[in-house]
Amino acid sequence: MNALYSLLFVFLLVLIPLFGVGAAHMKTFFGVCVPTTAMIIFVVGFVWKMLKWARCAVPFRIPTTGGQQQAYDTTMFKQNKWDNPSTGAQTFVRMLLEVFAFRSLFRNTKVSLHQVDGKPVVAYRSNKWLWLFAIVFHYSFFIVALRHLRLFLEPIPFFLHGLEFVDGILQIGAPVMYLTDVGIVAGLLFLAARRLYDSKIRYISLVTDFFPVFLILSVALSGIYMRYFAKVDVIAIKELTMGLVTFHYHIPEGIGTAFYVHVFLVSTLMVYFPFSKLMHMGGVFLSPTRNLPNDTRIRHHENPWNPDIKPHAYADYEKEFGPAMAEAGLPLDNPENAKSAE
Amino acid sequence: MSDIPKADELFKSIDYNPPATGWMETPVDFSPGHWCYPGKVEKVQYMMDKIPGVFGNPREWSPDQADWKLPPNWKEIVMNGFRERLHKYRSLQVFMDICVRCGACADKCHFFIGSGDPKNMPVLRAELMRSIYRGEFTLAGKILSKLTGSRVMTEDVLKEWFIYFYQCTECRRCSLFCPYGIDTAEITMMARELMHLVGLNINWIMEPVSNCNMTGNHLGIQPHAFKDIVDFMVDDIEEVTGRKVKAPLNEKGHEIIFITPSGDVFADPGIYTFMGYLMLFDYLDLDYTMSTYASEGGNFGLFTNSEAMKKLNAKMYAETNRLGCKWILGGECGHMWRVINQYMDTMNGNLQGSQMTTPKSPITGTVFENSAATKMVHITEFTADLIKHDKLRLDPSRNDHLTVTFHDSCNPARAMGLLEEPRYVLKAVCNNYVEMPRGTTREETFCCAGGSGLNTEEIMEIRLRGGLPRGNALRYVQDKNNVNVMACICAIDRATLVPLADYWAPGVTIAGVHELVGNALVFEEGEERTMDLRQEPLPGFEDEDDNWTPPNMEDA
Repeated sequence: MNALYSLLFVFLLVLIPLFGVGAAHMKTFFGVCVPTTAMIIFVVGFVWKMLKWARCAVPFRIPTTGGQQQAYDTTMFKQNKWDNPSTGAQTFVRMLLEVFAFRSLFRNTKVSLHQVDGKPVVAYRSNKWLWLFAIVFHYSFFIVALRHLRLFLEPIPFFLHGLEFVDGILQIGAPVMYLTDVGIVAGLLFLAARRLYDSKIRYISLVTDFFPVFLILSVALSGIYMRYFAKVDVIAIKELTMGLVTFHYHIPEGIGTAFYVHVFLVSTLMVYFPFSKLMHMGGVFLSPTRNLPNDTRIRHHENPWNPDIKPHAYADYEKEFGPAMAEAGLPLDNPENAKSAE
Repeated sequence: MSDIPKADELFKSIDYNPPATGWMETPVDFSPGHWCYPGKVEKVQYMMDKIPGVFGNPREWSPDQADWKLPPNWKEIVMNGFRERLHKYRSLQVFMDICVRCGACADKCHFFIGSGDPKNMPVLRAELMRSIYRGEFTLAGKILSKLTGSRVMTEDVLKEWFIYFYQCTECRRCSLFCPYGIDTAEITMMARELMHLVGLNINWIMEPVSNCNMTGNHLGIQPHAFKDIVDFMVDDIEEVTGRKVKAPLNEKGHEIIFITPSGDVFADPGIYTFMGYLMLFDYLDLDYTMSTYASEGGNFGLFTNSEAMKKLNAKMYAETNRLGCKWILGGECGHMWRVINQYMDTMNGNLQGSQMTTPKSPITGTVFENSAATKMVHITEFTADLIKHDKLRLDPSRNDHLTVTFHDSCNPARAMGLLEEPRYVLKAVCNNYVEMPRGTTREETFCCAGGSGLNTEEIMEIRLRGGLPRGNALRYVQDKNNVNVMACICAIDRATLVPLADYWAPGVTIAGVHELVGNALVFEEGEERTMDLRQEPLPGFEDEDDNWTPPNMEDA
């Protein structure tokens, strides 16, 4: 049901520019106003959200440790520096592995129950599908976004040419098929299928889980449609996009409606981004179980709101139990306490 | 225990397919057996008096009745507490915002693996709180409500919290697998803090917390009784070894103060571990003392709120200063070490006296630089260092009747990384050591299902279900390698793993690492022992009378 709602939303979103540009001819609105506003909301929203998180206190260091600690004798017990870091540099590497290689997801396992010789067996096996498709999707998305820079930069930097060359290295079709175009669609289809197929994941999936998948899929498909099938006028599009970044707004003729659909879907994504779970992109950097070294036994750290709480005083303890302590031969600070209260 | 299904039946009842109704519509079962008994009025009242503002609403109530006797402004209290904690803990704020519900954590929780209850999936356990965050604190959640998985705070939601946040042992296994490190233990801790504000608590936490504050230990044993028990163990050690060991209590002027969870002092089989400590220290002629006032290392405050955690933890430094000790040696305990490693110096570092120094082993001269801030060393670190420097005469063959495996206790494993030190000690004191299967040990270890104050009888079925992953791994090495002892470094484990093993892997006993050290320790040249610390005969010294079965008892 949640998946259907999400799909329906995305169809509605496609209809808006189709109608708006195709029938109502609001090209300036959809070509300039919408993307500019969306970009502003995206940037401001992203920064606002990061600041909101950064303003929260980190009273305690609570890294989840995934390996051997820094021992008192480092030659006897080899520290697992990347999963149980104790310095800033090691923590930095841990974060690199987390952000660029999805390290924690890489260790994912799957549990299953069996009867072997009539005895119950709980089995665990490595399960890297989610890791694989997540990484394919994220890297594809990243490279696709990077490739788009050629529309916003003049002259086009050399690395973008290199990137495009590598991305299209298989030389399939004309225009050349990009690997990342396949990757992003394959990744998204897997992520959507997994949500529908696995009953546990289906149970926890909300509209807000399906919606971004379908939205990004529609962005990707509209882009692919423009490049491989509609074969839109890229020169004209670059005129428009360069106008956007240089604030010389200009709508050239001859840009198909498909382009406006694509831009509108991207704009929706940008507006949606800072207020949704997509902010995991920024949040992963601020996760206290990952971005802090395990060094609280080694170095002192301050809690900014450390409350003033004292332990139950020993003097009170001795006053209360003094007679019994004296009788048991336990030493007393105050001999008076040996007498019972009466 | 009589109405608990047999292990095979329980195993067959597990179904990982969620119910047809959505989780917001699926009612919670409040019948007895699904919850722990609420905190006693006087215990709650006592803690309210000791720490103002974080405990509340002491009263007689029961979760199976419709009226939980909440204060009229309960929602305001809980929501204000929630808002306050979002600013005080970046962890909470970030964890509320960034979960993508990828489900990597879903089958990592021992309670889910053993029950199939979808609300035991860490992601959904957190959603119980996250849905309220979205519904009450975010604009989108307020407008779009259910489509964004949001809901408003109602009494039913709070009741659901009570059931499921007291069905999480804060073991952090889910956090290890989460791509963003979302830690359900942290979320559970926050939910419990909020529930304490309106008096939703359980007695197996409240009573130990108030006892620890008052008497120093979780059972509320008074100092003279504490001394009696220690003396009793000294006698038992003499029975086994012929040697009268020292057991100094509350003595001033020693170099080291030793603090261990009080479970080691009062409960079988923890007492054998405690005897192992005493024997080791006597062997070394260690300049140390123990304390009746700071006689609890385990910190039950961790299961209530950070204020109570701080108050209980502060005793360690207070007593170290009063007795003039230089550093603290800590016994085998799970939560105690989470608190020491991640919280202690931050909370109470300012209480350290000027006499305290970076720990240095008086026997080997090793300086424990990795505890320079807290001034507190784990006993397996201390003992591993002794073994490495060949300071202990050990006869591991005394443990030859045992085939030992090691259960990594969740907190030392996942909040500290103390993985190799206990293994090093174990391998030195016993000849037959076996690892449980991969995926169930080290950082991937499974909880005993009784941590975070849940080791109480009334939820035994829930505990046994949660114990399935650990119990099944144990059963595997029992069948394959004849393992008959599971060693651990946590007092709660020593209490909770016993019924777990009896149920899932009958025949395996539970021991602390230092019980096995005590068995292997050779006091004098040529010393012969005929029994282990449990006063059971060592191989070759079995008394035939022991095998005698009383008449009419053959069927028992």
